[in-house]
Amino acid sequence: MPMTITEKILAAHAGAEAVEPGQLVNVKVDLALGNDITAPVAIREFERIGVETVWDRDRVVLVPDHFVPNKDIKSAEQAQMLREFARKHNLTNYFEVGRMGIEHCLLPEQGLVGPGDLIIGADSHTCTYGGLGAFSTGVGSTDLAAAMALGETWLKVPESIKFVYHGALPRWVSGKDLILYTIGQIGVDGALYMAMEFTGPAIEGLSMDGRLTMANMAVEAGAKNGIVPPDEITRRYVEGRAKRPYTFYNSDPDARYTKVYEFDVSKLEPQVAFPHLPENTRPVSEAGNVTIHQVVIGSCTNGRMEDLREAATVLKGHKVNDNIRLIVIPGTQDIYLQAMQEGIVEQFIKAGAAVSTPTCGPCLGGYMGILAKGERSLATTNRNFVGRMGDPESEVYLCNPAVAAASAVLGRIAAPWEVE
Amino acid sequence: MTIHGKAWKFGADVDTDAIIPARYLNTSDPAELAKHCMEDADPEFATKVKIGDVIVADKNFGCGSSREHAPIAIKAAGVGCIIAKSYARIFYRNAFNIGLLIFESPEAADGIKDGDEVSVDPGQGLIKNLTRGEEYRATPVPEFMQQIIAAGGLIDYVSERLKK
Ligand code: SF4
Repeated sequence: MPMTITEKILAAHAGAEAVEPGQLVNVKVDLALGNDITAPVAIREFERIGVETVWDRDRVVLVPDHFVPNKDIKSAEQAQMLREFARKHNLTNYFEVGRMGIEHCLLPEQGLVGPGDLIIGADSHTCTYGGLGAFSTGVGSTDLAAAMALGETWLKVPESIKFVYHGALPRWVSGKDLILYTIGQIGVDGALYMAMEFTGPAIEGLSMDGRLTMANMAVEAGAKNGIVPPDEITRRYVEGRAKRPYTFYNSDPDARYTKVYEFDVSKLEPQVAFPHLPENTRPVSEAGNVTIHQVVIGSCTNGRMEDLREAATVLKGHKVNDNIRLIVIPGTQDIYLQAMQEGIVEQFIKAGAAVSTPTCGPCLGGYMGILAKGERSLATTNRNFVGRMGDPESEVYLCNPAVAAASAVLGRIAAPWEVE
Repeated sequence: MTIHGKAWKFGADVDTDAIIPARYLNTSDPAELAKHCMEDADPEFATKVKIGDVIVADKNFGCGSSREHAPIAIKAAGVGCIIAKSYARIFYRNAFNIGLLIFESPEAADGIKDGDEVSVDPGQGLIKNLTRGEEYRATPVPEFMQQIIAAGGLIDYVSERLKK
């Protein structure tokens, strides 16, 4: 039976020859992930199950990243729960402050996830690893608790939607713009419960950082997972990095899709998502005169090396506008260090930006850049819901790192070519 | 067991930040979370909702983050069940896993108006609008989900399995 890449990975982990959309399957997981918000709930549930220890100490990964370095006493207690659990069960992959990063930047970088894997994480952006050709999806804390005990979970095999992107990407147009554009076309529930498969010449030319960004936001279209078929770019990324063996799966030519979308992206502009949904997208040249107060460059969507480099290129020779607070958050310690070695951190600081240790921070309105009533932030993050970054009467606009940097210079939403 | 209460109506794409804003996620205590339930969608909800009341919403309820704090807050606030046209998938899973009843019924989501008196028979998937004298059917819950609920939630389901 012809299958999509998603179906093949699920079949392999269910120990089945083939699976079909709609089928409920019990699957083995390769990795189970939790963070400082979701893992405390999972740990409490895990303890109710009554097993002695986790199913595999190498495969339960805990990353405190949302509210750390601890923002207050309560978040310190949550982080402490993770730390104590990690010690008690002797977990190999617990990442302490100073060694940690935003989970979805960290796991690919550390080679903990690879092509063909099946990963669940108690965080909705676990779908990021689809950029590597893995099946990965977000679940809740109770699901995580069960997986920590069993090394298994149940899933419904999703229908697949295929996206084909034709043409070469223009300058300043990135994976972020492709995914924002796509969500703008299909809506925030346009792929509800489904798999989004990203293909076509524009994807084949896209860097791994760009692919991770795209898969990251699949959940913003309601999808169960986003996936990019692995290729040479994938191979180069995982070689020498992957800590476990990996498998390249690919969709059969006659695999079945619920829908196929074809987009010509050769004339696409950088996209901006207006409040309060990621589907409210417009090309940056049609943004109009939107003055902003804060710009955030970071998050699991755009806190990778390529993102910082792109922002730095735009910022070169410019200063942050007097009316703007620019906050730059490298996704992991390695990215932070690399950015220092390349002189990018110095450049940001000299331009007048605040550069922070890795954290989710403002992305979810945690800390490190909360908005007051009436304030507007442009951000390279993934959600612009009401109150996402602070007061319910503040606003968040989403964009790529180049647009963010240009806007930080001009004090309003601006295109990168306006500051060249 | 029948659920009986007043309907609280919300629109489409109610996200998890509206259900429980991240500023309260430094705790996972249900009672604490319940105090801020739906705060960014309706600041009065948490103080006015009564036990057994029902949330009625349009499509894609619970979109956004995977925080289980969202269904926990709703359950702890006393809400009897949710009726919506559709749910975001992680929210759907989480609700079953923690034992919060949710129903998919586009008809009911359209027919029920804010403040209507509603009764729901979960076993039958039957929703009655007592204010308007209407009845609606909900999509039956998949059998596997029923097993989880019958066991008392996913954790009890797993512990039972491990004992075998
Ligand atoms: S950076 Fe934002 S979206 Fe990503 S895991 Fe952290 S809070 Fe979630």
